[in-house]
Amino acid sequence: MDKREIIARRVAMEFQDGDVVNLGIGMPTMVANYLPDDITVILQSENGMLGLGPRAEGAQVDENIVDAGGGYVTVLKGASFFDSAFSFSIIRGGHVDATVLGALEVDQEGNLASWMVPGKKVTGMGGAMDLVVGAKKVIISMEHLNKKGEPKILRKCRLPLTAMKQVDLVVTEMAVIAVRPGIGLEVLEIAPGVEQSDLIHATEADLIFSDQLKLMTV
Amino acid sequence: MKDKIKDIKEAVAVVKDGDTVMVGGFLQCGNPQHLVRALSETSVKDLTLVSSDTGSMETTNYGLLKSGKVKRIMASYIGGNPEAGNFMVTGEAEVILVPQGTLAERIRAGGAGLGGYLSPVGIGTVVEEGKQKLTVEGREYLLELPIKANVAFIRADMADRAGNLRITGSARNFNVVMATAADHVVAQVSEIVETGEIDPNDVTVPGIFVDTIVKI
Repeated sequence: MDKREIIARRVAMEFQDGDVVNLGIGMPTMVANYLPDDITVILQSENGMLGLGPRAEGAQVDENIVDAGGGYVTVLKGASFFDSAFSFSIIRGGHVDATVLGALEVDQEGNLASWMVPGKKVTGMGGAMDLVVGAKKVIISMEHLNKKGEPKILRKCRLPLTAMKQVDLVVTEMAVIAVRPGIGLEVLEIAPGVEQSDLIHATEADLIFSDQLKLMTV
Repeated sequence: MKDKIKDIKEAVAVVKDGDTVMVGGFLQCGNPQHLVRALSETSVKDLTLVSSDTGSMETTNYGLLKSGKVKRIMASYIGGNPEAGNFMVTGEAEVILVPQGTLAERIRAGGAGLGGYLSPVGIGTVVEEGKQKLTVEGREYLLELPIKANVAFIRADMADRAGNLRITGSARNFNVVMATAADHVVAQVSEIVETGEIDPNDVTVPGIFVDTIVKI
């Protein structure tokens, strides 16, 4: 199983039956493939729908039904459509139980940097800033190290922030880490074959290992 | 009642030099592509474009930026459009990035007669630069000001002669709020029916907001 699949499978275990969840573009979208069969999760798409279904193929394509990445999608029974202002009322108003987003950096205060690198081509923040502030639970799904092999979990984010102190949980291929406000980062689960010393080495931030530290299973 | 149905050239001629133009849609979905293309072919200049995003190289917002008519862009996502990215480097046009929900709500505020609203989004980020901060019941907010436009281009599936619009699926996106926030609203539609043929329950945008209908 590749790293991204491990992360997506583990994130998919975070939800409760009936949760309203918004999945970001990229790896977070993969989470939808691994949702447990015994719960129903309602996916929200910030461009204006609840009840997002799988990608539309062939005759299923309706040019007026796209996801937040512009891809053609289907909707499930019980779905609803609305405009962007209403959609972000859902998000900002705390009606989304969880959002899953990728990150460039996360720090031990729960700050998130995910939208720009100074000097590089800027794409814009899209709906990420709104989602991170509005969702009840913010889950970051990302590989533990960046492409250069450097830690992405830092003492303090160095890149421009997406939001301040909003991250609740970080899921990587190495560990599941909770942000404890005022305390720091608590490692809840560690992946099979990863030693605590490996994790400390791969993380710039200070880590607290939970008293109930578990093996991360997916 | 005045006839709202016009041909596309006449419809886009309402845009004047220096105007702020809102363009509805989210990426290609619900984007009034024909109106945007027709605007690119006019001689207006110094426009401010307000849109969810600047589209991609395949969409018409790209053509509009390429035409050199836009001096200022307000959008939440410019990633698919290299021209918008270039503007940020060259300074040829000013690019103001706005969180997507903030953009929608600022436009809503513009259309709803509000002097602004207090938003928790953007605290501790570049979005707070130059904005007034207020604390209400212990939580910090930014004062976000309304956005209005001279003209809005929006898209609907169907219009009746009175301008009532029916928009389906996720194409409602920015089209609905933009209809309320501009002095003059032009709707690109696929079908025009007689007044009364759209069930009032199915009207997404009431006709009072729509000045001009262009059938494509």
